[in-house]
Amino acid sequence: MYQFRQTLARVYAFVFILYLLIPLGIMGAAAFNDNKTPSIVPWKGVTGKWFDALFADETMWLAFRNTLVVAVAVSLLAILVGTAAAILINSISGRLRTTLYGLMISTLLIPGAVIGISTMIMWTKIGNGIHSDFILFKPGLHLSVLGQVSYIAAMVMLLVLARLQSFDEGLEEAALDLGASHAQVMRRILLPYLYPAIGAGGAVAFFQSIENYNVTQFTRGGANTLTVYVFSKVRSGITPTINALALMLMIATLALAIGFEINRRRKARIEDARQAEARRATALEEAF
Amino acid sequence: MGDMFRRYGRAATLIICLLTAFWLAMLVVLPNITLLESSFRPLLPVTEIGGPADQYTLANYLKVFNGSIDTTLMGIPVNIPVHVLTFSLTIFYSLLVTILCFLLTYPLAYYMAKILNPRSLPTIFLLLCVPLLVSEVLRAFAWWIILALKGPLSTLLVTLHVIDKPVRWISGYNGVMIGLVYTYVLFMIFPVYNAMSSLDSNQIEAAEDLGSPWWRTHLRIVLPHCKPGIASGSVMVFMLSAGSLLVPTILGSTTSQWFTQTIQQWMFDALDWNTAAAYAFLLLLMCTLFVSLVMKLFRVKLSDIAK
Repeated sequence: MYQFRQTLARVYAFVFILYLLIPLGIMGAAAFNDNKTPSIVPWKGVTGKWFDALFADETMWLAFRNTLVVAVAVSLLAILVGTAAAILINSISGRLRTTLYGLMISTLLIPGAVIGISTMIMWTKIGNGIHSDFILFKPGLHLSVLGQVSYIAAMVMLLVLARLQSFDEGLEEAALDLGASHAQVMRRILLPYLYPAIGAGGAVAFFQSIENYNVTQFTRGGANTLTVYVFSKVRSGITPTINALALMLMIATLALAIGFEINRRRKARIEDARQAEARRATALEEAF
Repeated sequence: MGDMFRRYGRAATLIICLLTAFWLAMLVVLPNITLLESSFRPLLPVTEIGGPADQYTLANYLKVFNGSIDTTLMGIPVNIPVHVLTFSLTIFYSLLVTILCFLLTYPLAYYMAKILNPRSLPTIFLLLCVPLLVSEVLRAFAWWIILALKGPLSTLLVTLHVIDKPVRWISGYNGVMIGLVYTYVLFMIFPVYNAMSSLDSNQIEAAEDLGSPWWRTHLRIVLPHCKPGIASGSVMVFMLSAGSLLVPTILGSTTSQWFTQTIQQWMFDALDWNTAAAYAFLLLLMCTLFVSLVMKLFRVKLSDIAK
């Protein structure tokens, strides 16, 4: 009976992973089907023409560029704001800390549509209030950036804060005692320690920004990002060019993720080897 | 604060405080206050804004009660305002998605935490993360292909003689449900798995040695231990579902309407931003209520949920 339940769990896990992956496989396969509607049935032979059509699609490339610009801007801003917020939270305590921390976390729970609308209304109102035609106060991708940062910064903050909590503050004390300036403490001690978390935060911010639809949709004005573009294509009669795009995006992100994972495993192996070496050295010392 | 001053100096402390203040004030608090303020203002031509007609009013919120339609809820015919219906159905189906996600996830999380060899865990994680790396719009699109009238699912089932002729899968809220579960199930797996992996396996063995049947072990030991994970997963899935705009639009049928779609119509079709703000505020209010309810029910704190 126990064995049976274990097998059942294994089968379930296998089926679950199939359930997650098969739809993506079907979507990717449809990119090669020589059929005007994107599907794998009926299969009318293999073709590469949807990829050609994709590369010729100027709107898509513009949307792609917009997406990258927005994602880079969001990552940079979110890293700046999130890291600053994490350092601040880490060095205050009591009521103030609880309040600020709660406020920061709650941004993760605001629906994207609400963030989008509120950002849009506030900046256009400021623009109307001071009778300015300055671009900042019009709907556009810059507002999308601000809207996205409002919650993505919280993710960066959580990642950096987690690392900060294992930081040995004695290092800063030591540096200060030895005559380091404040800037040096920041640049040579604190920030290098935080780099892994900041890097991870940047990656998360980048992906979150590319994914984002809700905030962008309400703030973008007339500009397209890739997600908005794909969405409009899905809505208004599509050809498998979207599948071609989907397949390429999937392969690109997957390659990135696998590269990241291999790198992580390699580092873990090196670390293991180093520890084993250290253990051997201690053992040797003790033996003599 | 004084500590920070001593460590990083005046300039850095000031910059850190300013950056945080910019985030919380300009990107979070003020936009939401503006949203609330706008939601009480009437829709006026540009020339009359700030004029005598520009008075605070509840009219935007009362629009929820306009335009009743006849419908049936669980077989009972009722007459209910359209937007109230949309609002309630959005809550109902989001709850359903949350429950479905939990039921789908629980066995898998248990398998990953307690049965699977820890060495193959990274591989499973990588496989699970693949759909997360594909954007939401494409995941919805994938199901749009599968569920099409003459799509792969109908064809497969017809070939297997399960059904006689192709079925229109995307009808009512079916498509939306399938899409939302597929898109957000991963937000349930990771928190539940995290909670479960911290459970000492000896407790399960002790229960079994003492003669507890498997279902009671789960009910009395595993499930209570997972409470924080379930709470955080539920909050994530519910919020994402209720706030989703992509999936209900792509996989929606002519008879399905999501509250975010209504907000979008006020914003871009009616160009009435103030009413859109009022509706958006209602959505925010509903989500806040849900989070507080879960926090109270599961006795967890906001900081536990955000993990």
